[in-house]
Amino acid sequence: MEGGLILQYLLAGIATGSVYAAVALGFTIIYNATGIINFAQGEFLMLGGMIAISLARLMPLAPAILIAVVATGLVGVLLQLVFLSWLKNPAVLRLIIITIALSILLREAALHIWDEKVRALPFFSGDETSSLALFGARVSPQVLWVLGISAVMVAGLTVFFRSTMLGKAMRACASNPTAARLCGIRASTIVSLSFFLAAAIGALAGCAVSPLTQTQYDMGSSLAVKGFTCAVLGGLGSVPAAVAAGLVVGILETASVSILPLAYKDVVALGILLVILSVRPQGLFTLRRTGWARRA
Amino acid sequence: MRAILRRYLPALVLVILVVAVQITLSATRQEFYMTQLTMAAYYTMVALGLCLLMGYAGQVSLGHAGFFAIGGYSSALIAGLGAAAAVSIPAAVLVTAAAALLVGIPVLRLRGHYLAMATLAFGIIVLRVLQGTPFFGGADGLSNVGAYPLFAGLAISGRRALRVQNYYIAWSLVTIGLLLAINLVSSRVGRALRAINGNEDAASAMGVNVARYKLATFVLSAIYAGVGGACLVHFSAGIGPGEAAVMKSVRYVALVAAGGMGSLSGTLAVSAALTFLSLRGVFGLYDDAVFGGILLVIMLFAPHGLPGMLAGVRARRSARRSAS
Repeated sequence: MEGGLILQYLLAGIATGSVYAAVALGFTIIYNATGIINFAQGEFLMLGGMIAISLARLMPLAPAILIAVVATGLVGVLLQLVFLSWLKNPAVLRLIIITIALSILLREAALHIWDEKVRALPFFSGDETSSLALFGARVSPQVLWVLGISAVMVAGLTVFFRSTMLGKAMRACASNPTAARLCGIRASTIVSLSFFLAAAIGALAGCAVSPLTQTQYDMGSSLAVKGFTCAVLGGLGSVPAAVAAGLVVGILETASVSILPLAYKDVVALGILLVILSVRPQGLFTLRRTGWARRA
Repeated sequence: MRAILRRYLPALVLVILVVAVQITLSATRQEFYMTQLTMAAYYTMVALGLCLLMGYAGQVSLGHAGFFAIGGYSSALIAGLGAAAAVSIPAAVLVTAAAALLVGIPVLRLRGHYLAMATLAFGIIVLRVLQGTPFFGGADGLSNVGAYPLFAGLAISGRRALRVQNYYIAWSLVTIGLLLAINLVSSRVGRALRAINGNEDAASAMGVNVARYKLATFVLSAIYAGVGGACLVHFSAGIGPGEAAVMKSVRYVALVAAGGMGSLSGTLAVSAALTFLSLRGVFGLYDDAVFGGILLVIMLFAPHGLPGMLAGVRARRSARRSAS
């Protein structure tokens, strides 16, 4: 294989991977704040994409995406407030099933609002035929958009968690809820905020990737499992590790397409999950765990 | 004597109901309902098996539709071989059990979210492999699966003339499944499973071989699913990859949850009723939404299922009565 082609696969893989990383980030944020694995995380991508697609007909792309991101974030908060906030010491199994039920209801709601057609946002710049030459590889400008948005998202989150008061409060809550409460941090606000962040991140990723991979009402569950794969690979704790894991899975999955039939693409990513879970359930990147991993 | 009667009462009620329903339907010339009732019986097998796993051993599986599909596809393919057609169902069940063993050994070491995700991943893998492999018929699945001959002229088949017979074959299987499950949960094994459900470490400290019991229950519940799939494929003469869909797995979980998690009779009743209604198309476009909604409402307000909710209401009422 020549260099240009390899680079092309690599870029496509990284673009896919950054979407998985966004899902993984959503899992990680909510898990750290609440200990819940939110099985509806994949639905946030779908919801963000769908809302933006509907709004893009009425207004320019940028505000449409902005509104979609905020709206999805609010949906996340709403789900938490209405369905999860009042449960007293719920069992893990119960929480799993509740978030699964929520994911199904979101999916079904989307089916009835937007029907089962595959939709897509317009390309952020150019159209499906435009491509950029990059060291002998031809890439759609949208791939660069996805990469850019993911990079900004990760950088933003890192700054948020490291340097802002709110971010620090979230980390404090994650590492020791009781101590955080003693310092005057309101845990319930932090939990709601974590749902907002996770949903908004998902929505943004869902918008960025929509021109490339399309948006459909039932795209959530396989995205959720793949995102979870990355979150686990990253040790369910740190932001950079989740991103690195997302990129690894994305590249492997894209590479698999050149050997295996396209239909087996998911099988590769999920196979990785099963292998990782059975061999190294604590994740691959857990050696240098920084600060905010909950020790339960 | 009374204890034994009480233990097997659900099976007795089931048999009486099955016969009563058949007589009523035949008398009122509404035998067409039996087609969906037969199908509901095979889906109920999956729910019964999952009830053992989730309700008693406390292990969640979001991939049981995968085992149902493995059973169904295996039986269809083996029946297509000709020579081995006579043993297609037992062989398919063996294949399902082997698959469960293979998946269960690594996966059951996981707990909570990890187990849920791993089984979900297994289900999606089965779905994608079935969809993407021409050998399995791709998106169309397999069709023209022949009848499965039993003894004395009986056969598992969708032929109209055999409708009543097939109704009884299917529900006999469910009855046998229920009896086996009742025996299992009221034995030493059942107590061990409940101990695992309560606290794995404590169970282990009491000398319960946790890993072995979990694996055995997982394989057994997959066998229930495999039997359901293998029989249904002969009854409906075909199967599609949709049987392995994530939503199908979630439905089975919903049935067990609504039935009260650890209640075999509750699961059976809820599963038979809801699956029948769903197959009749009563929920229309909102079929999946209904199951999702049931799952959500039950888990939010009545984590012990409908029977648990009724028991709670009764307890509260009697408490009020004794207070006044």
